[in-house]
Amino acid sequence: MQARPLRCRTGQMTKGSKHDVQQGEFQHGIWHYGNIYVTIYADQTGFSSPERRLSLAAVAIDIDGVSRTYPNGLRAIERVDLRVQAGEFVTLLGPSGCGKSTLLRMIAGLVPPTAGAIRLQPFAPGRAPLSYVFQSPTLMPWASVARNVRLPLELADMPEAEIARHVGEALALVGLADVADFYPRELSGGMQMRVSIARALVNDAPLLLMDEPFGALDEITRGRLDQEIRALWARRALTVLFVTHSVTEAVFLSTRVIVMAPRPGRILGEVSIAEAHPRADGFRLTPRFAEYCARLTELLALGGAGEDDLPGRPSGAFV
Amino acid sequence: MNIRLDSRLMRVLAPTLVGLLGLALWQLAVTAYDVPFYLVPSPALVLKTLVQDAALLFGSLGVTLRVTAWALASAVVFGVLLAFLFVQSRLLELSLFPYAVLLQVTPIVAIAPLIIIWVSDPAIALVICATIVAIFPIISNTTTGLRSVDPGLAEFFRLCKAGRWQTLVRLRIPSALPYFFAGLKVSGGLALIGAVVAEFVAGTGGTASGLAYQILLAGLQLNIPRLFAALLLITLAGVAIFFLVSVLAHLALRRWHESELRSEP
Repeated sequence: MQARPLRCRTGQMTKGSKHDVQQGEFQHGIWHYGNIYVTIYADQTGFSSPERRLSLAAVAIDIDGVSRTYPNGLRAIERVDLRVQAGEFVTLLGPSGCGKSTLLRMIAGLVPPTAGAIRLQPFAPGRAPLSYVFQSPTLMPWASVARNVRLPLELADMPEAEIARHVGEALALVGLADVADFYPRELSGGMQMRVSIARALVNDAPLLLMDEPFGALDEITRGRLDQEIRALWARRALTVLFVTHSVTEAVFLSTRVIVMAPRPGRILGEVSIAEAHPRADGFRLTPRFAEYCARLTELLALGGAGEDDLPGRPSGAFV
Repeated sequence: MNIRLDSRLMRVLAPTLVGLLGLALWQLAVTAYDVPFYLVPSPALVLKTLVQDAALLFGSLGVTLRVTAWALASAVVFGVLLAFLFVQSRLLELSLFPYAVLLQVTPIVAIAPLIIIWVSDPAIALVICATIVAIFPIISNTTTGLRSVDPGLAEFFRLCKAGRWQTLVRLRIPSALPYFFAGLKVSGGLALIGAVVAEFVAGTGGTASGLAYQILLAGLQLNIPRLFAALLLITLAGVAIFFLVSVLAHLALRRWHESELRSEP
């Protein structure tokens, strides 16, 4: 493990010589800048991050050399290795097309990997291993808020008395107890998303996967829901894997941000956000916050532009 | 007074006024030009005949409505069952759907005589004919509805490890309801048309008591006022069926589906 200041490397990057810097020049290793740790994976195979050395028992998700290639040859995900410890709040950050949603869907078992394996932490039989929050609320329009939230429990054939208790708890957690009998269309977009979150919390799954859940919401609502999700994560001792393309959202929410790049979808590196909980709204205004954002932006730049990147443009170029 | 054009009152008032105006003009023209009643009876005469022949005509209406109701009920049952089958198996849909279309495009007047010959009970024969006319919108709409499931919700059900049956009952059927009711609105009218047409074809070979039979008979006897009265009853029955189905659809969908949401007054 090398421990060199990142400043010289990133200095190169930000001082206008970005077009000259090729991906291969960044040797893998852990760089620290002040006490912000940035890990760059130049070669994903055989790389050993500090998390790798942690005990296996605490691993919530073990993604082991996972690839997903579409029949048309498009490599959505290529040889991704990632371990998420129980209790972490990990965010996958990257431009659209980098396969972060695909990775999440593979963890949930919605699509199979074409290579590699994904292991989840052992869970009690009869208990849901994970819950999932989609980009849109995906509620049943014909059912009331309460009936939407109880759906996962009914599908799992839980006894009625227990269902009522769980639903009451979940609705209270997201502050929706008073609209239990409303229909989704009678609620605002932010409230619909809360219902969706309540539905995800109701089965007490230890692992929560969230796929850009607040992408369609306005900035103000999004900020508030970010706060609430962090509070829920701490209160319920959840492991959260969160997907976003917002650098600031990633920094505010996470204990660790994984940076991904497209074509093929892969992990470029990660930044640990070593900030205590709770994080006040004011955290967004601190120089440290800006510093984290800068590191993440630099990492993102290593992967080139998003999926609308034109073929033939030098890789690593960004505007 | 300021009456808004889209107000509830106007929605009833405007067509009523047009109807009354039409009736008044009709009455006026018939009286003014002294049109013989065996060509065009006046509205008043039609009404009078309706009251006079009430026992006969309403009895016939009952017969026709019974055929219509049975036909609509069996169209719903068999149409929905077929739609379920089509959704469960693509192969079944591929092999059977063309025949549903075939049934739909063949004029009922052409098949009715055969059915009436093959089925000994004329009442059942009439129900079969009317069912054939009414079933297609139910099959087609329900199949489309059962397939029109929000992909996100379908994925959520998969995540929850929902079985085929749970998915059908809790996801596919509710998703299909708006489509089903749209089909039912069409089928309700078609069942009545089917019942009347089949009765026409059956003629005296049929139950010999439905409204179509009364129209046929009245036409032969040049009893034009009664013909008009029977016609009026059929029309009113059609409107009533449409209204009933609409109320049903409204009750089922009002809380959530866009088609039944009224803009705030």
